[in-house]
Amino acid sequence: MSDQTLYRKLVDSHTVARIDEHNVLLYADLHLMNEYTSPQAFSGLDARGRAVRRPRQQLAVVSHIIPTHAESPRVIRDAASLLQAQNLARNCKRAGIRLLAADDPLQGIEHIVAPELGLIRPGMVVLCGDSHTTTYGALGALGFGIGTSEVEHVLATQTLVYRLAETMRITIDGALAYGTSSKDLVIWIISRIGAQGARGYAVEFAGSTIASLSAEARMTLCNMTVEAGARAALIAPDATTFDYVRAHTPSLDEAAWQAALADWRGLHSDADARFDAEHRFDAGDIAPFVTWGTSPDQAVAIDQPIPAEAAQATPEAAASLRRALDYMGLAAGRPIAGTRVDRVFIGSCTNGRIEDLRIVAGIVRGKQVAPGVRAMVVPGSGSVRRAAEQEGIARTLIDAGFEWREPGCSMCLAMNDDVLDAGERCASTTNRNFEGRQGRGGRTHLMSPAMAAAAALTGCITDVRTLEAHTS
Amino acid sequence: MTRLTTIRGSAAPLPIDNLDTDQIMPKQFLRIIDKAGLADGLLYDLRFDERGAPRDDCVLNQRAHANATVLIGGANFGCGSSREHAVWGLQQYGFQAVIAPSFAEIFYSNAMNNRLLLVQLERDAIDALTREASETPGTLLSIDLERQTVTSGSGHRFDYAIGARHKRMVIEGMDTVDLTLDSLSAIEAFEQRHFARHPWAQVM
Repeated sequence: MSDQTLYRKLVDSHTVARIDEHNVLLYADLHLMNEYTSPQAFSGLDARGRAVRRPRQQLAVVSHIIPTHAESPRVIRDAASLLQAQNLARNCKRAGIRLLAADDPLQGIEHIVAPELGLIRPGMVVLCGDSHTTTYGALGALGFGIGTSEVEHVLATQTLVYRLAETMRITIDGALAYGTSSKDLVIWIISRIGAQGARGYAVEFAGSTIASLSAEARMTLCNMTVEAGARAALIAPDATTFDYVRAHTPSLDEAAWQAALADWRGLHSDADARFDAEHRFDAGDIAPFVTWGTSPDQAVAIDQPIPAEAAQATPEAAASLRRALDYMGLAAGRPIAGTRVDRVFIGSCTNGRIEDLRIVAGIVRGKQVAPGVRAMVVPGSGSVRRAAEQEGIARTLIDAGFEWREPGCSMCLAMNDDVLDAGERCASTTNRNFEGRQGRGGRTHLMSPAMAAAAALTGCITDVRTLEAHTS
Repeated sequence: MTRLTTIRGSAAPLPIDNLDTDQIMPKQFLRIIDKAGLADGLLYDLRFDERGAPRDDCVLNQRAHANATVLIGGANFGCGSSREHAVWGLQQYGFQAVIAPSFAEIFYSNAMNNRLLLVQLERDAIDALTREASETPGTLLSIDLERQTVTSGSGHRFDYAIGARHKRMVIEGMDTVDLTLDSLSAIEAFEQRHFARHPWAQVM
């Protein structure tokens, strides 16, 4: 067969049995867990007297509820959150599952930690009770989020009853312009195809733009593809992938490495592969992109105005726009640039990696956060935090007036005490600008780390390409 | 498990596209290790103001819709976070079904696993049902799960599609773990073959 998609190869290589026309029993090489979507799964196992079938194919991380204050040892003061962390520790201990607890030097956000520990390799199937598990497609692994009932099913069987997805290819060619990154790319794609533009599809990214992205930049892209409704995001592994994986898996000896490479080189869509849907874009059209609304597809280029109601294609889109602008306290037709911000948040599983922090440090070095703006940097993991300290990035950020915090999901979803107050406006490198996501009444503008850094320095949403003119 | 073949009740219209699971079940209700208390959290910011007082503009606070068992939603209902708490909350509040033009993928699986019926209908049908629920609130709508039909109070009937497996999951209830464990020997055989051929896939 020479007409298979990469998606099909990954599914077929993990199909234990075909259940019916639409469903297969899919094998999971690795299952990741956090403290808030797994407790009821363990209780479900207990209630029926079932055990965790393959403890060594599970990893648990305390990520969502953990406070990020710079203090050591780290303390969870909220009683309910502490109970979640203790419950996870108890469940892992009983089942023999490896846990990265609050005080573990490797603790962090699951989607940052797993790749950096070398646990994500091309050709794997990786599941987690978290929607941003699509991140792993950046390394040629099939990853996607599941619910708690499915977590229980995976714990008990190491498999999932999996409904097959349709396939979509998004090809992007050309060089990304100065001041733009894979975050701008993904926000732009979502704004083009819509928040449900990829609903039901496993999306494969292709083209010269994708080939030029680093492994970490690809993770940002695949991570946020779920905001277009995608069931998976994939990039065929190449030299960039192999270099990243090799650097993070020193345990594989040369013979094992060569055998793996021989396997992985077949992980691409065949020349005659057919996709159920195709999009083609030109990277030259991409400017820094910022969301203005409360859905990730409500975004514009930094030099464009917030769209007018009359420009909306459907009555539903017009209604969404009215609702979003009312919540955001913004007016249609006004430029997005120049909008004042109260807070800046840099971090999350989308943009909490070392490359993101290098970009931020490069922009803010020797400058100061604007008066009245509270700017936080929350590294994605303990490893990212230590790397940033060794490289002098932490010093640069602190000197510029940023809070340098401990790793976790933090204000991406505000399950801990990092929360926006009502009416506060935040330039955020996260993935969701939903109503109330970062705190009730909080107003989130999604953007790249470079754009968030620019907003921190000027106190308003600013085109990072013209930053020198604003700050000199 | 008891069979669920008919859902009959009044419908509450909530025509908001891309209504995400953060809104359906906000973060402050997720700090639990069981499933308790989620009826209180359902659509909290839409139902209550900053001081915790019920908002008059929320359809669920209007007397005519107080006992609704069917929610009529907008497109891409349940998008965003994978939190199954959104489904548990809808059920604890009293909803047995959600009707919408489309549903987000993870939310769909979560609903099926809990026997919350999701009915996908064309926008025109949704508009008609929404109109009727708004103009004659309290009117009883009925869903025949076996025939796959929704019949409005005024007698309009709409057919809907649902996968055979999902239909069975909602009507009969299924212990999917038990069913899968029936194939345990197939899983074990797969596992041996898989890791022998792809040793790099064993990462811990």
